[in-house]
Amino acid sequence: MRPSSACLLNILVPVKRAVDYAVKIRVNPQQTGIDLNVKHSMNPFDEIAVEEAVRLRERLKEKVKSIKVVTIGPAKSAETLRTALAMGADSAIHIEIPDSAPSPEPLGVAKALRAVIDRQSEDVDLVILGKQAIDDDSGQTGQMLAGLMGWAQATFASKLEIDTEKKVANVTREIDGGLEVLRCKLPLIVTTDLRLNEPRYASLPNIMKAKKKPIEKLSAEDLGVDLRPRLETLKVTEPPKRVGGGKVDTVDELVAKLAEAGITGVKA
Amino acid sequence: MSCNANRLRALALYKELHRLGRDYPDPSYDFHGKLRQMFEKNKNLTDEEDIQKAFKLGEYIKNETLALYSLRKYRHLKRAYPSAQLTSMR
Repeated sequence: MRPSSACLLNILVPVKRAVDYAVKIRVNPQQTGIDLNVKHSMNPFDEIAVEEAVRLRERLKEKVKSIKVVTIGPAKSAETLRTALAMGADSAIHIEIPDSAPSPEPLGVAKALRAVIDRQSEDVDLVILGKQAIDDDSGQTGQMLAGLMGWAQATFASKLEIDTEKKVANVTREIDGGLEVLRCKLPLIVTTDLRLNEPRYASLPNIMKAKKKPIEKLSAEDLGVDLRPRLETLKVTEPPKRVGGGKVDTVDELVAKLAEAGITGVKA
Repeated sequence: MSCNANRLRALALYKELHRLGRDYPDPSYDFHGKLRQMFEKNKNLTDEEDIQKAFKLGEYIKNETLALYSLRKYRHLKRAYPSAQLTSMR
């Protein structure tokens, strides 16, 4: 895959319709998953990804040729695409799956994204994804996609700078112990960390304008991808309820209670 | 149907605030009720200065509500996904 010539960037931003961050998660009665009859919205990390693409266009202006968003999900996922279009994306692709189908796994998503990228008439230079989805917290899709495409990857990005002339990006990553700056050749996969930017609110006029932007509908069969899960979830349970603590009045009482719990002192 | 600029501005502001109010986190706070009250209270203003002041207040409330939402979301996410430096046991 060679990046597009004339230094123009085509950016792809995959987004996911996930359980809203403010929802109180409850395990379903069958203990196979969580109650999905709740409010859904765009994964916050994906909002950051869309925002970064839009900010890149604000910085690089006409050097960003197109910003496409893509999602895999049931019919309701189209709302998520509309939000992304309202934030500033140009067009969208909706890979529709039946309402009853299970949520695709990261590997399936990565394979579908690879198929989408291969289908594009103009080469994709940059794929910006959220680092993880707040409902499954897998954090694998970006890395798997980079592996499948054989592209460079810069994950947990907290800063992104692109040099379109040299077709190179400087990405600052958040790692244990500090920050790391990578210089990567395009085409590139970037996954966003929380601290990359603050996503904008899609105002009502923008939402209205977004209704006119095109959404291409595809199915998994169109892409030749099998989205069936390879993992079986055996059981999902809530964490054990916290037992209340007790207060003690003297140090001796504290030592006695610790002894009861089986914790004895160590000779210095 | 007057194409009065103020009328259009008021309508746009009301629609925007109404849409924002759908996501208000506190269910006991009647956002939509208060919104309607405020707009109805000011519907008969004639003095241009008063009208502009009312618009400024409406836009201020819109920005404050937006700030509330984004701050709440950011705080929640920051707690749920702490920075790598804070989690490493050094």
